[in-house]
Amino acid sequence: MTTTTEPTARPRTHKRVPAAPNRARKNPTRKRGPGSYAVIAAVTVFVLAFLSPFAIILVNSFKTGADYRANGSLSLPEQWNWSVIGDVWERVEFTQKLINSIQISLGVVLIAVVLALFNAYAIGIGRVRWRTAFLVFFLGVNVLPQEGLVYPIYYLFKEMGLYDGKLGYTILVGITYSAFGTYLLSSVFSSFPKELIEAASLDGAGRWTILWRIVLPMSWPTLSVMCVFFFVWSWNEFLYPLVLLISNDNQTVPLGLSVLQGQYSSDPTSMSAAALLGVIPMIVFFLIFQRSLTRGLTAGAVK
Amino acid sequence: MKTTRHPRSTGYAVFLAPGLLLSLLFLVVPLVMTFYYSLTTWQGIGDPTFTGLDNYTRLFQDADFWASFRNIAFVIVGIAVVPTVLGLFLAALLFDYIGKKHGDGIVGIFRSGLYLPQVIPVAVTGLMWGWILAPEGAINSILDKVGLASLTQNWLGDPDLALWMVLAVLVWMQLGYPLVLFMSGLQRIDPELYEAASLDGATWWQRFTRITVPILRPELYVVLVTTTIAGLKVFAQIFVLTGGGPGNSTLVPAYFAYQNFFERADVGYGSAISTTITLLVLIIAGTMLTRQAREDG
Repeated sequence: MTTTTEPTARPRTHKRVPAAPNRARKNPTRKRGPGSYAVIAAVTVFVLAFLSPFAIILVNSFKTGADYRANGSLSLPEQWNWSVIGDVWERVEFTQKLINSIQISLGVVLIAVVLALFNAYAIGIGRVRWRTAFLVFFLGVNVLPQEGLVYPIYYLFKEMGLYDGKLGYTILVGITYSAFGTYLLSSVFSSFPKELIEAASLDGAGRWTILWRIVLPMSWPTLSVMCVFFFVWSWNEFLYPLVLLISNDNQTVPLGLSVLQGQYSSDPTSMSAAALLGVIPMIVFFLIFQRSLTRGLTAGAVK
Repeated sequence: MKTTRHPRSTGYAVFLAPGLLLSLLFLVVPLVMTFYYSLTTWQGIGDPTFTGLDNYTRLFQDADFWASFRNIAFVIVGIAVVPTVLGLFLAALLFDYIGKKHGDGIVGIFRSGLYLPQVIPVAVTGLMWGWILAPEGAINSILDKVGLASLTQNWLGDPDLALWMVLAVLVWMQLGYPLVLFMSGLQRIDPELYEAASLDGATWWQRFTRITVPILRPELYVVLVTTTIAGLKVFAQIFVLTGGGPGNSTLVPAYFAYQNFFERADVGYGSAISTTITLLVLIIAGTMLTRQAREDG
């Protein structure tokens, strides 16, 4: 089973260097001089500085406006009070926004992955005629800028009654991501062991059965990485939801929070709290799915 | 790519049909419509009036349009060039130096930390930095406290500074992407190659330029192309951080198109702007594709 992860983990197009597994690096010259600790210290400082904005919004979200004005942004709060965060939470109806974002992202993942699986099954395994042309087509629509599509979509959605609704929006974004998924999965499927398909075919399995019983289980490693990515992408979308989802009942987390920009000039720590609320769900997600995220990135980028 | 028995492939077309049709309907139809609108004058209601290439001639005489393209050059530096160069050095440092001396654990932590901004919603990142850089925000408050009040600025409100601030925020957001890609590309290097080079007296810099960079060529290429395309599409960061201002000092084409669509009801003109971006993106992507195909043979 593990062999199926190979196309994901390692792009095939490169000359493979003779097996030199990373971990088993035999290294007699593993000297840790004072210099190397200095480098570690320098990099640590750099990374901490890099992440300091998160720390800054964390401490300031718990301050009252008066505390902030008196002590500035670097001090710890005089008292850790939750009132500012609670205030912003209620004001943006954050619970509703979270539910919206989760519903939409799950729907997007489902639509995108199913469509991509079907497309790639036909292109990568079925090797349908004109498959290269189809692949180029999907690659092309994958790079289309949203601003080049958004107005007609806005107009058509209004005509069709899909405007300001989760359904139309979810389908749209799902289809958009399916193009990328098709491209990625097709290249994984093109190296799928043919004997398996042929054997099943000889046993009388139809195309649906082969897809469902053989291809799907074996491509799960790639699919799961795709799911994680599509979820993050969908969560972070901005232009489409800005135009297409306007009511509180439908808006996603980034949208709901970004409308606060500029509303809180009198209350500096509320903006900090809003940013914190936006950051937390994705940090949690990142901590859970870190491996998929860093591994999957390589799969998609270098074919 | 040899074609295997055609008859066998026929039953698969059924699987391609839904995805293909939906993509045509939701992605290609709007694309064609935008192109058509770009040849008209239209306010979004009533019927568009066909005006030929008028919008495009207007575009090329529009100072805002040229400003938005000048700014996009900056954006590409911030989103493609700087993170790539910085990511290359950091990846080599983490992999080749720290990883070898102190193990993969600490390298993993550093890498995760630097990758984190990549998963935060762009709009939220904009919100966060917008607050940090605000007149009453974190940076000015720090400067105030340490007695450098004279250095406080309206970071995003000063036309000379705003674009630089946007650029810095973009670098911060983007660094993790090339870093993670490069670090995984470096796994392909045979450690003995490095060791042999060291034995021959190669300095770190020589190994970097002669081994590391050439091996990472595929990744470098992908990063530069994908981030350049992403740069052309930049919207949310600008929308949340500066709204294109002050004046047109941080205006970008995507935001300029958005303004024409939804704030000025000048749909034809907005369509001409977005058609121009779309064309640019397709040209860049097409060049990449044909080059890659050629290299693959």
